[in-house]
This record gives sequence, structure tokens and C-alpha cells, in this order.
Amino acid sequence: MTPRKIVVTSGKGGVGKTTTTANLGATLAKRGKRVILIDADIGLRNLDLVLGLEKRIVFDLVEVAEGRCQLRQALIKDKRFESLSILPAAQTREKDAITTEQFSSIVDLAAQQADYVLIDCPAGIEHGFRNAVAGASEAIVVTTPEVSAIRDADRVVGKISQERKPIRLIVNRLRPEMVRSGDMLSVDDVCDVLSVELLGVVPDDEEVIDTTNRGEPIVLDETSRLRTIYDKIARRLEGEMVPFTNFDGTSLFGRLLDALKVG
Amino acid sequence: MIEFLRRLFGQSGSSATAKERLRLVLMTDHLELAPEMIEKLKADLVDVISRHVEVDRDRIEVNFERQDSVLALLANIPIVSVNRPGGNGSHSGESNGSHSAESNGSAQALAPSPTESPAQAAAEAPAAEDAVAVGPAASKKKTAGDAAPHVRKRRRRKKNAGPNAAAAATPT
Amino acid sequence: MQQTQAVEHEAGTAAPAPAPRLGRAIVLTSGKGGVGKTTTTANLGTALASRGVKVVLVDADIGLRNLDILLGLESRVKHHLLDVLEERASLDDALVPSKYGDTLFLLAAAQSREKDDVETEKMKALIAGLRERFDYVLIDCPAGIELGFKNAVAGADEAIVVCTPEVSAVRDVDRVVGLLGNRFRPQLVINRLRPALVRKGKMLSVDDVNAILRLPLLGVIADEPDIIVTTNRGEPLALRRENPTGAAYHAIAARIAGEDVPVPMPPLSKPSFLERMSSLFGGKRA
Repeated sequence: MTPRKIVVTSGKGGVGKTTTTANLGATLAKRGKRVILIDADIGLRNLDLVLGLEKRIVFDLVEVAEGRCQLRQALIKDKRFESLSILPAAQTREKDAITTEQFSSIVDLAAQQADYVLIDCPAGIEHGFRNAVAGASEAIVVTTPEVSAIRDADRVVGKISQERKPIRLIVNRLRPEMVRSGDMLSVDDVCDVLSVELLGVVPDDEEVIDTTNRGEPIVLDETSRLRTIYDKIARRLEGEMVPFTNFDGTSLFGRLLDALKVG
Repeated sequence: MIEFLRRLFGQSGSSATAKERLRLVLMTDHLELAPEMIEKLKADLVDVISRHVEVDRDRIEVNFERQDSVLALLANIPIVSVNRPGGNGSHSGESNGSHSAESNGSAQALAPSPTESPAQAAAEAPAAEDAVAVGPAASKKKTAGDAAPHVRKRRRRKKNAGPNAAAAATPT
Repeated sequence: MQQTQAVEHEAGTAAPAPAPRLGRAIVLTSGKGGVGKTTTTANLGTALASRGVKVVLVDADIGLRNLDILLGLESRVKHHLLDVLEERASLDDALVPSKYGDTLFLLAAAQSREKDDVETEKMKALIAGLRERFDYVLIDCPAGIELGFKNAVAGADEAIVVCTPEVSAVRDVDRVVGLLGNRFRPQLVINRLRPALVRKGKMLSVDDVNAILRLPLLGVIADEPDIIVTTNRGEPLALRRENPTGAAYHAIAARIAGEDVPVPMPPLSKPSFLERMSSLFGGKRA
């Protein structure tokens, strides 16, 4: 297959780009795909922390760009998965330490040895964002069901559509009980506003905080319901038609189902 | 049914407010991001109106203004002369005060002052007090009450208000 | 027009005759996005203004502005920061009076522009001008450490760093504090603490966070579903003093103003309403 180069972006920070990148990457790897995750957040890298690989960093993205090492030397292999590795960002450099051309050519190089290259984009729409988007051929926009996050996502969707790259949406941190009480926008609301194809819906799960503390992506947890959810997202990404779980349901049945899932 | 239940249980909360605010703020954002589109709209608007009356192209103001739940297009189009003979003359001289007291439109704030020529006073009446307002044209909502794009006239006319440019645009 | 007049009127009264001293320019920053910078700015601004002092909130997040939404002012913004810097609008025209207090104003960011459109020197001059007219200038910094961050920080003389009890947020704050250098004496607000998770050992505690950051602690804010509701509505929680989180913002404001009040801290012992509800329904959160 042609390798896929996908940027994971959002505009607003803190909506779960890095968590999404890590878990989606891990899930794809579990499904037998060769996956490379690139942290494009130069100066504020976190993908290494979320995956618990921070101690194994030797070289970084900027050093690859500057030709001080080979890409394969900088890639850190995640031993928990057969075929997952990450390219960490530089922590003590600036975003403009790397040009758009340099970044794109590193992504292309990575794509030669992977089925999926996922790029973890920095927050905002500055230089780091432009690099990350330029290197990709498609985008996943992550948003939460909050007014400010959606407004920022809309801005980012506008910028990426200008480059005619396909965009799909992940609604993250949905709290079904708040949607039902009418205090949170529903997935339908978000999709209506953004007019972007939906790739997945990830409910809010406080276990994510715990797993991040430990540097273990939550999809490693056999009991987590997010494991199934990321698996569905991965399958949709691969082109399979997978029905969506309805988190907005107001029926008693839906509520019972929710309670069972949570419990 | 789900929609009904949602309305019954859900929409009383803040998410309905959030949705409405988002819809409007994104429309405003998109307009701000598309100055070329607005320029083109302005040009088209003028072309249409010019078929009927002669307007002062240099002093045209087109603004978008948010009201309670709609985004309105306010056009202030000073008219230089009317091509066809009409009944406008009888109001001349009264147009002067028509835009002084009311104060809720950015277009109005920019209304030109009456010209030196009394003969043209009527035609030059500030357009703002009866501007053309276009409803939420960009709305994608089916649920919102004012979903269908609509054109309406905004009447801000005072009792002695003069004729104005609204005649140039035909609502609905 | 009404609004413009109102701005002029308000700004007219807001501008004091020769100010005895300059106001304080405080930047709120964090490195990581989504930790609550903008929410904190809106709430601290509201709380400070309720003390009767003149406050202006400056949204420095050009291209991704949100402070207007949080204050419910998005429909009243006619001019923005770049209009002022590029002299297309006067400061008086650009200052949007808050709905929630006649000493609170917003200077919105431009939505359709880029961060590199801002000249750092002009930004500095603008903040200096605002300090002559307001007691507090709170600057809402964009996420990241690129140009937007540098411009937001340029005119400030103090900093509040906002951090959530998460490894990545702490790491980013640590980085930002390093970048700020000594000039700012940054103070810390810990946001989105979930006492129940801390009790279970699943979230870093206040002590854990500050053992790493070692910054003067202004206050701790609990994670609140209410915050989402207030964002939906555009009504900062600080408007509700009876709400524990609203009260916490007022305590932080008092501390900023130099009052000797205790550091607000959500109680660690008592299960929250949500937890009780959740346990009632057999949820995992209990």
C-alpha cells in the first residue's frame, strides 16, 4: 500500500492531540502496520512522555534535519509493539530550527519504511503547525465538544482545506452524561458546525491521566473501553465501514448501556 | 423521537446556547477570513442596484452586524440620481434628520451627510435607516428556527424619514 | 453605534488624569495549550474588576482568539489588537466593555491574521499605554513558545503560569519558566485538580507539582464540569461567588492584589457531588 502521512492537529492545545497520536499509533501497530510517530512540537515535546520513552532519546528531529545523524538512529522503537517507533522533537530548540522542506523530506523518508506516519502537531497555527501540515497528505483534526476548541478547529480546518488535503474529525473527551443534561454539545452538533467527516468519538476517561503518568498508552489496558474505540478508529482509517457508538442516546437503554460500560 | 427527547431533556442546558453562539461566531469568523468574497459581493450588489439608480460607488459601505440571533448584511449605498422619474421629490429636505437619533447600525454611523445640492437631497438620503438585511445565509442548521436564508428589510425609519436606497433592493 | 458611544464613554471615565502610578501588566502563560490560560484570564479579570479596580484583558492569541467567547463578548468585538497596532482604530474604539462590571474591558485578538503580523516593539508600547490607564493589564498568551508567546510576554512585567497536574503540562511549564527568565517572578496557578484522583494516587498532587516547579503558589482550582457550562454561556464562573471555584478565583485575585488571604485549595477529603452520583449509579469513579 501507499504509505499514509497523516497530521494530527487541533488549533487549540490540550484537546488530546498527543494522546490521540500515541493511542492511534499503538493501535495501528497492534494491527500489524508499520507505524512511525513524529513529534513536531519542537521545544515542547511530549509524545515521548506519553509513551514512556523519554529516557531512550538519543537523537531528535532537528538533528536528523541537520544531517547530524541518520533517521534510523533517531527512531526509538517501542518494544511493547512489534512495529511502532517514534521520532522525538528537539526540546531545547525553536520551531524554526527546521524548515518546511526539511520537515517534509524527513516525513517522506519515514514513509519509505512505514505504512503509517502520524505527525503530532504543535498547538496554534504558527510555524510548527505549518511544517507539520506541509509534511502530511491528510489530516485528523481533534477537538473537544467545547466552544473555544471547536472555533479553533474550524480555523484549522479552513487552513488545511486550502491545501486540499482530506480531513477527518475525532471528537475527544465527550461526556455523555453532560450531553444528556444538555450542558455539552453533542457529536452531531460538532459535526454540523465543522462539516468534516467523522472518524471517531472518544469519551472522556480519567484513566487517561493515570496511564499518561505511567507512560503507557491506554490501549495497552485490556480492560479499557477506549481500547475498542481506538480499534474502531484505526479500522475506519484503514477504510473499513465501522458503525459509530451512539454516545448521545437519551434512551433508558442507552443510559443503561453507558452505565454498564463505565462500570 | 431521539430529537424530541433531546429537546425535552437536553436543550434546556447550556449546550443550546453554545451551539447558537458557535454558529454565529463562525459565520463572523468566516466573513473576516474572506475579504475577497465581501469585495465581490459588494461589486455584485452595486451592479444590481445600478440597473435602477445611479449610486456613488466610492462611498458604498457594506458591513456585517450581529444582532440577537442573526447575522445581518447592512449596505449603505448613497444614491446620486434616480434613472426614472418617480415620486421621490416630495420628500426632499426631510431626509436630513433621519439618521441622527437612531444608533444601532455600523452602516448608519458611516452614512454620508446630505449634499450641497438641494435638488439631489432626496436621492442622497442616507441608506442606512432602511438597509437591506440578509439573514444567516451561511447557516447549515436545520434545527434552528431561522434556518432558511432570508432577505428582509430593516426599518429604522423615523416618522419623518425620507426615501432611501432600500428601494433598490427587492426583498424576498 | 450605541456600542461605540458606550466604549467612548466608558473609556473616557476609565482613563484617569495623570496616573499616580503604572498599572501591573501580567501575562498568563503555560507552554502547553488547553490547561486553562484563557479561562483563568477571564475569571481573574472578572474577580479583580469586582474589587473596583480598572482591568483590561488583552487576547494575544492572534488567529485563535477565544477570550471574547469566554466573556460572552464575541458579538461586540468591532476592532482588535492589530487594528490598534496598525492605527486603523483608536484604543478607545477597540476596547470592549464587559457585560459584567464597568471597570472591565477586553482588547480582542485579530482572528484573520497571523502571529507574525505583530511587531514586538509596538506590542510593548501598547501594553505600556494600557498600564497608564488601567490598574491591571492581563495578557492571555497563546499556547506554545513561538512568536506569539514572545510578543505576549514582551510588554509584561509579571507572569502567572497555569499548570494542570499532568506530566506533560508540568514539563511544558518548566520549559516556559526557563524561557521567562528571572525578570518575571512567575507565580503558579494549578488548574483542573481532581481531588478524587489525587486521593487514589492517579493524579499528581499539588505538592508533587510544586516539588518540581518550586514556584510561589497563587491558588489551586478544581476540575469542574461547570467550567464547560460557563464557556458555553460566556459567563465566567467568578461571577458566582457562592460557587467554590468562583470563590477560589476571588481569593486568587485578592492574593494578586496583595491581600493576605490563604491559598485557595479544593478540599481533598470530601467526595464531590459527581462522585456521589456516580457511585450511586455504580460508576467506576466512586
